[in-house]
Amino acid sequence: MKRFVLKLYVAGRTPRTERAISAMQAICEKDLASVYDLAVIDVLERPQLAEDEKILATPTVVKELPPPLRRVVGDLSDRERVLVGLDLVRTVSVEQKRNR
Amino acid sequence: MTAAVPFSSVHKEETGIPGFDFIADGGLPHGRTALVSGTAGSGKTIFATQFLAEGIRRLNQAGVFITFEEQPEDIRRNMRSFGWDIQRWEDEGAWMFVDASPEPSHEMTIVGDYDFGGLLARIEHAVRSVGGSRVALDSIGAVFSQFAGASRIRHELFRIASALRDMGVTTILTAERREEYGAIAVNGVEEFVADNVIILRNSLEDEKRRRTIEILKFRGTTHHKGEYPFTVIPTDGIVVIPLSAIELKQRSGDIRVTSGNSDLDRMCGGGLFRDSIILVSGATGTGKTLLSTHFVDGGAAAAEKCLLFAFEESREQLGRNAIGWGMDFDAMEQEGKLRVVCEYPEAAGLEDHLVHIKHQIENFAPNRIAVDSISALERISTVRGFREFVLALTSFIKHKEITGLFTSTTPTLTGGTSVTEAHISSITDTIVLLRYVELFGEMRRGLTVLKMRGSTHEKDIRELRIDNRGMHIGAPFRNVAGILSGNPVQVAALEMERLDKLFPMDGA
Repeated sequence: MKRFVLKLYVAGRTPRTERAISAMQAICEKDLASVYDLAVIDVLERPQLAEDEKILATPTVVKELPPPLRRVVGDLSDRERVLVGLDLVRTVSVEQKRNR
Repeated sequence: MTAAVPFSSVHKEETGIPGFDFIADGGLPHGRTALVSGTAGSGKTIFATQFLAEGIRRLNQAGVFITFEEQPEDIRRNMRSFGWDIQRWEDEGAWMFVDASPEPSHEMTIVGDYDFGGLLARIEHAVRSVGGSRVALDSIGAVFSQFAGASRIRHELFRIASALRDMGVTTILTAERREEYGAIAVNGVEEFVADNVIILRNSLEDEKRRRTIEILKFRGTTHHKGEYPFTVIPTDGIVVIPLSAIELKQRSGDIRVTSGNSDLDRMCGGGLFRDSIILVSGATGTGKTLLSTHFVDGGAAAAEKCLLFAFEESREQLGRNAIGWGMDFDAMEQEGKLRVVCEYPEAAGLEDHLVHIKHQIENFAPNRIAVDSISALERISTVRGFREFVLALTSFIKHKEITGLFTSTTPTLTGGTSVTEAHISSITDTIVLLRYVELFGEMRRGLTVLKMRGSTHEKDIRELRIDNRGMHIGAPFRNVAGILSGNPVQVAALEMERLDKLFPMDGA
């Protein structure tokens, strides 16, 4: 089974941050069948990680695995577009068929 | 009672960019963000880099460079040619890059609301880690093409500018503009950094490139207004030439020096003033190069150091000419009295020539300089650019209390003035005219001192002879009229006598 590695970069605990975290958690729970690894990184606490990943905007979610590497910027308020942006649509549908 | 607060309470941060601090009345407003806007190739990245580089080199102030367009590696490489070793400064902890350049492999989608918290955190982190006092953001336009929503981006950049102000750092932010004379910057960048605006231009005039810098505004403090030319020198970076900012406040002494020709000294009432500018105008072959050779020789004989800039002849030709007139350049050079700099006018832009001449003057520290001919430089520039050049040069050499002699070639053989003279004659203190005089089917040469500031001088037009010992000034042309207008007419001796009696000469 495929393993998903996702990193969510946020700047402080703002309402926007909270929205992005809960939206991402929901996607992980529902669409990634629990085989995921989601790390929330606060750039105010770990600016060097933001530098290494060249993060400009927050929130930014980076899908590191499986390839291809994809990024989505924003509060992730539109689930469908997040799935497309992270290139999870095809993967998800294949997984879901297999589960059926 | 405390003294009145001076007009400007904004503290200025000396940039160290040559000439810029002068037109900026001391430098950039400290702790603020200044927008530097310009078209492609106008020198924005160089300006931003130089701002940080001079901070490190002169004041030991660390800097942070946020690059939105070029990769840090490209900047390191491109700026090395100016002698700025960014890699070394990075190693020493004096310089830090924040790389915000677009990464082709980062495929990105925008879903919903966002801010630039990531970038801000990185900038703050970088400023803190190096203890930076200077920040450059170059160039902001790339962010607008990467992200959507110009007003949101402007708002976020405003937030970054405010954060930088809170950190007490002086910031330069560069932005693109499309036209040399149009909107300040694209994407309305000026709307969020409206306090301090500097514009770099690279306009095309008469098929010649002309770089200028203009401080559009500094809120709450003073600066010089208008466009000032600048040049980009491979070893120095940007050098601003503060022209009209130069004030005519040079001291003028009454110390006289020799022109190198005793007859001419006598005509000038005892020699040239030491801190004066002499313009020698004449057609080709009237003896301009000879007069400048005398000028050099006279200086060397009086134990002065002389710098000769030749734009028309090579060092070998000049030396051969001088030998032919009984003067020895080689000997003067060996004694360290003379340095000859021969250059082809087209080899560089006028601003570059100016900077080069200044370098030579600083380096050799001469007592007098000769430029033969200054009109040769006119053809590589616009009329306005040329006038500014002469103004800047004369002001510089007067400031150094150096005697300057410029020659200028007139286009017509007899009479006439050149455009050069029309534009620079008011800047010069003394004008010597060399003219052909056609008499009895023979071309003879005449010389007259047209003006001499601060002294009486002879008004005669005297005959000039050239032989193997140089220039000899003879008797006045007494019975010829119309030499300067180019139409010499014989006047009968009787008529001359009658005129003399009509206007008795005083003292003569």
